[in-house]
Amino acid sequence: MSAVSAADHHDHDHHDDIGYHATVKGYVVGFLLSVVLTAIPFWLVMGKVSTPAATGFIVLGFAAVQMLVHMVYFLHLNAKVEGGWSMLALLFTAALVVIVLAGSVWVMYHLNTNMMPMAPHDMRSMP
Amino acid sequence: MSSTTMNATGAAPVFYDDGDHHPQQGTLLGFWLYLMSDLLIFAILFATYAVLGRSYAAGPSGADLFDLKLVAVNTGLLLVSSITYGMAMIAMQHGRKASVLRWLAVTGVLGLGFLSLELYEFAHLIHEGASPQRSAFLSSFFTLVGTHGLHVAFGCIWLFTLMTQVRRHGLTRENKRRLVCLSMFWHFLDVVWIAVFTFVYLMGVLQ
Amino acid sequence: MSDLSQLIFGRLSWAAIPLHEPILIATFLGVALGGLAMLAAVTRYRLWTPLWRDWICSIDHKKIGIMYMVLGLVMLMRGFADAVMMRLQQAVAFGGDAGFLPPHHYDQIFTAHGVIMIFFVAMPLVTGFMNFVVPLQIGARDVAFPFLNNFSFWMTVGGAALLMVSLFVGEFATTGWLAYPPLSGILQSPTVGVDYYLWSLQVAGVGTTLSGINLIATIVKMRAPGMSLMKMPVFTWTALCTNVLIVVSFPVLTATLTLLTLDRYAGTNFFTTELGGNAMMYVNLIWIWGHPEVYILILPAFGIFSEVVSTFSRKRLFGYASMVYATAAITILSYLVWLHHFFTMGSGASVNAFFGITTMIISIPTGAKIFNWLFTMYRGRIDFDVPMLWTVGFMITFVIGGMTGVLLAVPAADFVLHNSLFLIAHFHNVIIGGVLFGIFAGINYWFPKAFGFRLDAFWGKASFWCWFVGFWLAFAPLYVLGLMGVTRRMSQFDDPSLKIWFEIAALGAGLVAIGIACFVVQIAVSIRNREKLRDTTGDIWDGRTLEWSTSSPPPAYNFAFTPVVHSLDAWHDMKQRGARRPLTGFKPIHMPRNTAAGFIISMLATALGFALVWRMWLPAGVLFALTIGAAIRHTFNYDRDFHIPADEVRSTEDERTRALAAA
Repeated sequence: MSAVSAADHHDHDHHDDIGYHATVKGYVVGFLLSVVLTAIPFWLVMGKVSTPAATGFIVLGFAAVQMLVHMVYFLHLNAKVEGGWSMLALLFTAALVVIVLAGSVWVMYHLNTNMMPMAPHDMRSMP
Repeated sequence: MSSTTMNATGAAPVFYDDGDHHPQQGTLLGFWLYLMSDLLIFAILFATYAVLGRSYAAGPSGADLFDLKLVAVNTGLLLVSSITYGMAMIAMQHGRKASVLRWLAVTGVLGLGFLSLELYEFAHLIHEGASPQRSAFLSSFFTLVGTHGLHVAFGCIWLFTLMTQVRRHGLTRENKRRLVCLSMFWHFLDVVWIAVFTFVYLMGVLQ
Repeated sequence: MSDLSQLIFGRLSWAAIPLHEPILIATFLGVALGGLAMLAAVTRYRLWTPLWRDWICSIDHKKIGIMYMVLGLVMLMRGFADAVMMRLQQAVAFGGDAGFLPPHHYDQIFTAHGVIMIFFVAMPLVTGFMNFVVPLQIGARDVAFPFLNNFSFWMTVGGAALLMVSLFVGEFATTGWLAYPPLSGILQSPTVGVDYYLWSLQVAGVGTTLSGINLIATIVKMRAPGMSLMKMPVFTWTALCTNVLIVVSFPVLTATLTLLTLDRYAGTNFFTTELGGNAMMYVNLIWIWGHPEVYILILPAFGIFSEVVSTFSRKRLFGYASMVYATAAITILSYLVWLHHFFTMGSGASVNAFFGITTMIISIPTGAKIFNWLFTMYRGRIDFDVPMLWTVGFMITFVIGGMTGVLLAVPAADFVLHNSLFLIAHFHNVIIGGVLFGIFAGINYWFPKAFGFRLDAFWGKASFWCWFVGFWLAFAPLYVLGLMGVTRRMSQFDDPSLKIWFEIAALGAGLVAIGIACFVVQIAVSIRNREKLRDTTGDIWDGRTLEWSTSSPPPAYNFAFTPVVHSLDAWHDMKQRGARRPLTGFKPIHMPRNTAAGFIISMLATALGFALVWRMWLPAGVLFALTIGAAIRHTFNYDRDFHIPADEVRSTEDERTRALAAA
């Protein structure tokens, strides 16, 4: 369509600067890593392989690693995309997510302890 | 393009360009920023689940309710759909329109499959009496997982719309930008799902 | 049949119209008459077509910026009317006298006052400035996503419209502007009031969040060649940080309000008092949004003051780098203080101590900024024009307000003063002294750029003095009352010894009302005398930043040739080094096309909000489908741009050349 081609004409020399070039190999490696990083946690939990506490930690660790795998292999995130702004935005947002999550859990734990005299494990039986 | 600074001979600096300046395309950064805002919405839903997720109100808990086999299948569907979308992106890089449309169609079907299974899971839970109204735990569960599902649903609508547009106009600059944005969206949803199946389902069953 | 009528009309019925409230009937008549008069005038002067084509459908950041300002100023009138009613009620309702506002009505007034002032006055006004000024300051032709900009504006209008409609159809929330549960839950607030609150803010919130994304992308991607980050004007820096805060805080509001909405509509138990709900979690979440929100309001004002101080002191801003670092520090720290809004809710000493300390730390970068402004003024050749008056007024007022904030940051002190009138005095002190004074400084500063003629200085000074004295008369008594223990949001009092303080406060409100009147007169007089007040050069204050290099008002395309930047204060640098405006070699300019899609989708979303308020499920379903459909349909429109021919650019620029020669 002519209106689109007008825009096309101007920036055809800096070709679609998306900052990465996807490859089949990249996606396949990412996929296989993700399958492994998913299967092991499911097996650990469904098979009751270890104690809940230990399993919990391992499972969380696997989740963190798999998220990184997705970021690198599927989202093609690196420090060069968008001049580094994508990485900066993600790191900043991730920091805030940590503050919001940790902060809320910390604050609410204290509030619940001080202001709601029922201990948490009793909440199970509370209607 | 345009000269920016005083050149080495000390000639007069240039204060205006020659009229050919074009600002950089902001769409991909803009969409990434939108994803960051979406990440925060999910963060709040996760925080709510973290705080209220043990308030069973004498009702069923995650260990009582979650069917990990179904969750594993759903996780598989979403993961495979990520790689099928990846194949669509590679076809796009090579300008193969028909191949793009085929891979998108497969991705869409996998997405719809994920949604169907999730709807089935929800219906089953509600039928058992484990409705969102039953307890704060269930309210948080349904809202967190449901919001993710809603995002997948919108992603599917977007995917089928974009398929129509690619079919009609081809792999134009604009459509390629949109395909990249949807790719970011789709993979982002898979990242969120990792957090969901870990924190909600796996940790929920562990207690 | 009645099932169908239930699906269509939901809870809406003729009883929703408050015929028994004389104040509302009178207001409605006034609004209706005024509205009809305006519609008649628009018809008489044949303005419908230009209004639609050049304003409603405009994607031009300058027009959208102006429309945001109009929205904010109109809503200021409504919000201030609410304030006057509260002051009057509190000045008379002592002993047995119940005043003229029963508690149910009074509660809606203070709730609406807060919601309007924050969401529909302060936010639109600062957004309007950022929209108008930032692309010009960075040498760009528009924002990154012009259509989204238009859509964001109309979504904000939609939210305001929903709130205004609640005045005449149904009622508004009585919960205070943050609508804490369980009071805001469906059991304690069963009527539509809280629902209006929720949908109004959700609609407006979409607009705000998208606007944040838009401006970040604009500043990151569209700066003129040579304008590195550390060569950006300070206002652009504060705009960048503000929009970062918007993008990472408004989703928190969206999610939290959604949870409350689910509690009210779907019977979930997030914040209920039983089945595991925890209302304290709402307070926690809403303030995780709420604290960054106040920095969203103040940072643009700080940016305006930086520009005004350096321009009117005829000096480069002192400590540019430290200003940037201070702004960045405030941005990050604003996420570490939120609990100071609920010290008294019971989190205990260790949590309170942590947040008390972080709250004190966050005052330091602001203090650094004050010193930088003072050092800029020192040994400058200061011109006390109206913008500078507002700036000096800000420095005095805001610093005192900030100090009362540091006082409140001490948890032990806050236990005495939380939710007292001391708190009310503090936040009005910083919001009026900081945000509002900044807005008036900015209006007087950039009005000539937007409209081509300056504002009358006499009425501007009158307005300033009325506001400044009026503010202190209105709020100093509240500090006294707060220290004496008087609680906020009270519509009647027993202790007659308090009355005198409220009477002084009412007097202050009256003086502010005169100040607002002076502002309206200022606009009217300036329009009438516009030829005498004409800005012919585009650089009426001998400015330092790139917006002053354009004509007043700038042409649609802003810059015929993109400026190339070599230094901070780029325009000042260009003037110093004898830059010559190019007079030939014009090329066609690529511009985005106006569109009705933003307006249409927003109005559908607003109607959807209304339908959801009244639980009109069938219309809601239809409107939802239509809204999504309209949005999808818009994506099928690929014909979004055009070119301004080189000839047209040349004739516009030639006209400017002539104007500059004549000046």
